Amino acid sequence: MTDAAFPPARPRGGSLLEPDARTLRRNAAEARFRLYGVTAIAIAMIALMILLISILSHGTSAFRQTFLHLPIALDEAVLDPSGTRDPAALRKVTTIGYGRLIDRALGEAIAASGITVEGLGKSDISRMVSRQAAATVRSAVLADPALIGTTQEFRILASSRIDGYMKGRVTQDSAARDSNVSPAQLHLADALRAQGLLGTSFNWRFITDPDASELRPEAAGLGIAILGSAYMMIVVLALSLPIGVAASIYLEEFAPRNRFTDLIEVNISNLAAVPSIVFGILGLAIFINFAGLPQSAPVVGGLVLTLMTLPRIIIPARAAIKAVPPSIRDAALGVGASKMQTVFHHVLPLATPGILTGLIIGLGQALGETAPLLLIGMVAFVRDYPEGLPGGLFDPASALPVQIYNWTQRADPAFAERASGAIIVLLIFLLAMNAAAIVVRRRFERRW
Amino acid sequence: MNDMSRTETGVNLTDIKIAARKVQVHYGANHAIKDVDVDINDRMVTAFIGPSGCGKSTFLRCLNRMNDTIPVCRVEGEIRLDGDDIYDRRVDPVQLRAKVGMVFQKPNPFPKSIYDNVAYGPRIHGLTRSRAELDEVVETSLRRAALWGEVKDRLAAPGTGLSGGQQQRLCIARAVATSPEVLLMDEPCSALDPIATAQVEELIDELRSRFAVVIVTHSMQQAARVSQNTAFFHLGNLVEFGETSQVFTNPKDPRTESYITGRIG
Ligand SMILES: Nc1ncnc2c1ncn2[C@@H]1O[C@H](COP(=O)(O)OP(=O)(O)OP(=O)(O)O)[C@@H](O)[C@H]1O
Ligand SMILES: [Mg+2]
Repeated sequence: MTDAAFPPARPRGGSLLEPDARTLRRNAAEARFRLYGVTAIAIAMIALMILLISILSHGTSAFRQTFLHLPIALDEAVLDPSGTRDPAALRKVTTIGYGRLIDRALGEAIAASGITVEGLGKSDISRMVSRQAAATVRSAVLADPALIGTTQEFRILASSRIDGYMKGRVTQDSAARDSNVSPAQLHLADALRAQGLLGTSFNWRFITDPDASELRPEAAGLGIAILGSAYMMIVVLALSLPIGVAASIYLEEFAPRNRFTDLIEVNISNLAAVPSIVFGILGLAIFINFAGLPQSAPVVGGLVLTLMTLPRIIIPARAAIKAVPPSIRDAALGVGASKMQTVFHHVLPLATPGILTGLIIGLGQALGETAPLLLIGMVAFVRDYPEGLPGGLFDPASALPVQIYNWTQRADPAFAERASGAIIVLLIFLLAMNAAAIVVRRRFERRW
Repeated sequence: MNDMSRTETGVNLTDIKIAARKVQVHYGANHAIKDVDVDINDRMVTAFIGPSGCGKSTFLRCLNRMNDTIPVCRVEGEIRLDGDDIYDRRVDPVQLRAKVGMVFQKPNPFPKSIYDNVAYGPRIHGLTRSRAELDEVVETSLRRAALWGEVKDRLAAPGTGLSGGQQQRLCIARAVATSPEVLLMDEPCSALDPIATAQVEELIDELRSRFAVVIVTHSMQQAARVSQNTAFFHLGNLVEFGETSQVFTNPKDPRTESYITGRIG
């Protein structure tokens, strides 16, 4: 109450037009806080940009590959001396025989296009072709014996050093110091490119082919790793989504609160923090040594990753269920819905966006997980594609992150490029999963 | 008033729907309801009045066992619906709640369409056989809750998009749609304007011709207007219970008198 005898000349605290000291301090604090926030975001964005730029700049070239375009005479005298086209006899001719045909074809092509070769022996020229090339031609012939005796246009891989030269990884300087490639070979490569015999093009086989040995990085692909990772994700999704959601619903809505459920709760939180390699040891002991499942199999990888993913799905799923306002449960129970109906008609739809977010984060982590897979033998070198589902789950396979790890271990710098390319593939898969999650989440999101 | 006259003429006064005896409710260490005896008559409106925090909602929630959902809540004593003890081990609270419907103090529509809000109860209880029948139930329920005119053109809109008062009437429609035998209403008009309040009171009066209604209210006028019996709660005790006309004109307990006249509460 103001005293009527002393009416204040000005309102207490001064005019509204000039903010007082307290307000100024508050506004300054707010401005500072905003600045911290913006700085934090900026740092995160810059780190992300650097990461993306470095991966993209190293990795995109892995999707292109250098090929030689050669007409190869498939000489009957070499490939089928008996002339019977008997598959068994054809198979007896090894890649050495095919290699000779390729060398001959390359020599003829060089001569025909009038390129002068200086300082290169026959073997120097043949080393410019990938060791994989002979196998490519051989399998084409075995698939279609009628080709024997004709001359066919083939697209064969160039060796990794020539490929590196085309992409700028190998230079004249580095070639001078490199025992695997000489400057003269690079000159020849330039000449071949000028004649249109050599060029780079998009390489689907990087995505579809199996891994290759140390000596032929140009032929290495991600096919089996992608398939293995996909199989494992199917196992993880099929097991951890129903189990995780059921466990969360039970613990949140039905379980009595007692010591036992408290214990379970603590253990789930602990499991989420257990290092993933521990799950690998567990998987090795249980699934391979005890249950006798095969090594390197996606099913074992999937089971191990499921164990690892479950707590990481259950915790956000429970949080999402808990966040549904209790008044919704009261409303449903109040009109005579059973507990089960309340949960499935009202609570679960409202919790779905949160559950999906947790699921995608869990699956993303599982997709990128390497350590536990090393322990269960997924690191093995696999050349044969696993079969289709479900039998393929038990065939040996690789996994994307393990393949990346594997390639970075290898000496040839061409594998470093392929590892970056594989990281790009992994990131694309993660982005696709996140996009799918956003789409599904949108469909479930509701206001309340 | 017309509701008074109807009580005196048509309805059997001794027809008891719910009988509560020596009801005690504890929330952990908090003794929220102490030794309450109340009879809810069929085809009558019973009003619960009393200051905030005295236990009106708590007692109301005992009548359809909504307190079961609160882990710390413990109910003792005996509550009989048509002679059956509703806290008997054999009683399924889900079945009980289908008979004893409830409108909550805070409006809590489902985050679904207006139509689905009202249709949910009849659907899960299998009350209708065809879509047309369901449409009819939804329409009559919304009409009774005095909401039909406002929402008939947007039944597919989300119920959560309505105003607070409209949401409360939607909740009333939802409770009415399952045709309960007893309807518990916890301050159904606290968010309503006088027109909607009058409509809801009309609805209560109409419902009373078929089932028992219990209403919690902070408005003395409302209690006097709509109810036949009134219970006055104070600090968890049932201080006075009797015919509304007697409680309001001639209270036996001094606490009731001071509350009604606005001296406590
Ligand atoms: N869920 C709960 N957990 C613990 N205590 C509760 C709970 N609900 C109510 N209480 C306590 O029980 C007592 C009675 O509460 P109640 O909600 O029944 O009051 P009320 O008469 O409905 O009040 P109002 O008129 O404000 O709605 C209060 O002391 C309150 O603190
Ligand atoms: Mg209340």
